[in-house]
Amino acid sequence: MMLRRLLFLLSIALAATAQGLAPATLLQQPGDAWPTYNGDYSGRRFSPLTQIHSGNVHTLSLAWSTRFSAGGGRGAAPAAAVQIKATPLMVNGILYFSAPNNVWAADARTGRELWHYQYPPNTGSTIGNRGVAMYGNWLYFETPDSNLVSVDAKTGKERWKVRIADPKLDYTSTVAPVVVGNHILVGIGGDHLDNPGFLESHDPETGAVQWKWWTTPRKGQPGIETWPDEYSAAHGTGMAWIPGTYDPELNLYIVGTGNPNPVMAEKSRKGDNLYTCSIVALNPDTGKLVWYFQPSPHDTHDWDAVETPVIFNATFNGQPRQLVAQASRNGYYFLLDRATGKRLVTAPFIDTLNWAKGLDEKGQPIPDPAKYPTTDGVLVSPSSNGATNWQAPSFDPETGLLYVGTSRNYSMYYLTDTDDHPEGWGGLDTAVGGDGNALLAIDYQTGKIVWRHDWPSGGGVNNILTTAGKVLFTSNGNNLIAFHPVSGKILWHSGLMAAPSGGPISYLLDGRQFLLVAAGDSLYAFAVNQPVQ
Amino acid sequence: MRVLELAAGVALLATCLSGQEAAVSGAGRAAADKNAISAAALAGSKEDPAAFERGAKLYAANCAGCHGAVARGGVGAPDLVRSVLVLDDEKGILIAPVIRDGRVDQGMPKSSLPDSQIADIVAWLHVQTYAAGHRSTYAFQDVLTGNAKKGEAYFNGAGGCHTCHSPTGDLKGIGAKYDGFTLQARWLQPRGGRGGRGGASARSAIKVTVTPLSGPPVTGTLDRVDDFSVSLRDAGGDYHSFTRMGDVPKVEIRDPLKGHTDLLSKYSDADIHNMTAYLVTLK
Repeated sequence: MMLRRLLFLLSIALAATAQGLAPATLLQQPGDAWPTYNGDYSGRRFSPLTQIHSGNVHTLSLAWSTRFSAGGGRGAAPAAAVQIKATPLMVNGILYFSAPNNVWAADARTGRELWHYQYPPNTGSTIGNRGVAMYGNWLYFETPDSNLVSVDAKTGKERWKVRIADPKLDYTSTVAPVVVGNHILVGIGGDHLDNPGFLESHDPETGAVQWKWWTTPRKGQPGIETWPDEYSAAHGTGMAWIPGTYDPELNLYIVGTGNPNPVMAEKSRKGDNLYTCSIVALNPDTGKLVWYFQPSPHDTHDWDAVETPVIFNATFNGQPRQLVAQASRNGYYFLLDRATGKRLVTAPFIDTLNWAKGLDEKGQPIPDPAKYPTTDGVLVSPSSNGATNWQAPSFDPETGLLYVGTSRNYSMYYLTDTDDHPEGWGGLDTAVGGDGNALLAIDYQTGKIVWRHDWPSGGGVNNILTTAGKVLFTSNGNNLIAFHPVSGKILWHSGLMAAPSGGPISYLLDGRQFLLVAAGDSLYAFAVNQPVQ
Repeated sequence: MRVLELAAGVALLATCLSGQEAAVSGAGRAAADKNAISAAALAGSKEDPAAFERGAKLYAANCAGCHGAVARGGVGAPDLVRSVLVLDDEKGILIAPVIRDGRVDQGMPKSSLPDSQIADIVAWLHVQTYAAGHRSTYAFQDVLTGNAKKGEAYFNGAGGCHTCHSPTGDLKGIGAKYDGFTLQARWLQPRGGRGGRGGASARSAIKVTVTPLSGPPVTGTLDRVDDFSVSLRDAGGDYHSFTRMGDVPKVEIRDPLKGHTDLLSKYSDADIHNMTAYLVTLK
């Protein structure tokens, strides 16, 4: 089965032309490419490159920086501030990246813009776009008004667009699609109006829907018993708005889902509310659910479990295991068996948590009803922004540590909709402060914090990259910062013109290792200078 | 599903306070009528307020019997706020024919209302969907559920509030200045936003002392600090900036609101409600 799958992928690889991306590339850890949102399928954001290392990173210097503009189109919106929250792709020397309604290609050696695709003005939310996916010579990205668009990677010319969801129902599309075999996997966001959440697979050539998996069960399906009725389940939301990870050995696409709706008014949705706030494993060929684990049963605090489920093979209690780990927005670290979804570790990673009464038999936190939002307010840690958020963590297989940006914060959670049929958010939380943000290094086997770096003035819940050169890159404010992944010592930093907004990546070109990060409307590429021959 | 942006906590608090203002100054407290639409929601929907008012009466008389008082569904009749047809509608193009012709096969009768009145009902419905879908327009309800006597005891006892504050001094008249919700938000987190209400207060400004390897310590109001630099304004208004290299120079930060932060892990929810109930009595 595995061999057949690889042969199939290789046949696509042969069909791809010189500058395109062979999907089989996604199976191996890349050094000369960053071909998918997380660099490879695992979600580790660990680069095997070693030219930039802990001994020379202090000499890292700017190779180029380029500002990208969204303006220029007739009738288009004025050149609004571009925020590149995407993790760029780098394939065959070309960078591909996005901001809402915009995709660019640029020379990865020089930063020179090669083309710029602008999607027509629309009413969709422009909160962010996490990036593009690539298959052969085609790029795929989601638009604020919930279309999937395919453009030619050579020219930036649109090939087709297909509807993912009705934008008038308040869906928001920000997800970087993920390519698995001949499937373009897309997710969606938007939790304002109790719309159903789903994942879809599209045909890479035609855009046709191959399968659609609703994130909440329908009549007669397993999990429907965790809702009062079909109606509440169908309006229970559970948006999967961050790309998942893929295990080619087990052929599982593993992805997190978001909060149930109404978000803070739980009266009309008693029960665990599957499969919201869950980590789910789907067969990418069929869209069938294989297993699930629910970090936040019956969530009332907007703690989406969409944070990257990081997959790796490592020992646990002395045995080699197939694992998946998540540092979840609700403040807990989870380590699961990747074949079954069974919990191996549940451990809080912030010490201010006050919303759980313990763990159930599956290792899932049991929410304390006393901390459900009320009209006069309840004080809960973390806030709805969470103990962490969508920003990508990183797992370094050589240190065995999961690195994650975290926040020890509190909110008052208020119920505003006391109707028997609450709708939308049904409540609000107001931040009342926090007791520090920190970069944490978590031992994957125990959930224990091996080292921490407390940020002097907040921020720091940001994207992370580790490399085999024993360097960890992340950011705080406008500073791009390098740490030693073992000691937690700061090795280098550079103050940019804006806060790094996308995930840092690394790639090798012409024997030179680049570190690249998006910050605001610009890309910055760094390298260690070599002696002139 | 809100995503984390930089300084989101501060921004969120500021948003909530300003949203609260709009609700208070407009439609009045929602506590009196839990189904009230906030002024912010009505304004945000861009519907004609007069049409909305007329529509409310027409809806109540013609539709509420089956679809429920606030259109969230009734026995045998669907929720209209979550209705795809209503959400997809613009200016009644989709809704008006349904009201006019009914859905007789599903038990909804035809209506003889004139087009102008149907348009009013459409306007009212659009405000309902807007209000449900825009949390920035939500109105907070009553937070004054606590016991003022217990709040006073907490103030003078376990909370330790009296060590910095006095009901006849700095807190005099605070109960007359703010409504209950705003008061609760402010006393829990007095630093209400960057330069916003309470943010610029000299009393809550963070102080810092920087001691270089050589030369005297410099003390002032913190401007900004990260791992690589620290800057401040001294008492004379002069700006000082220092490069940080690990532990050099020595940086000591004093946040006068640390007491408030430290209490976050100690309050019970009853403590909070009691304290708010007490503070509103300080008229």
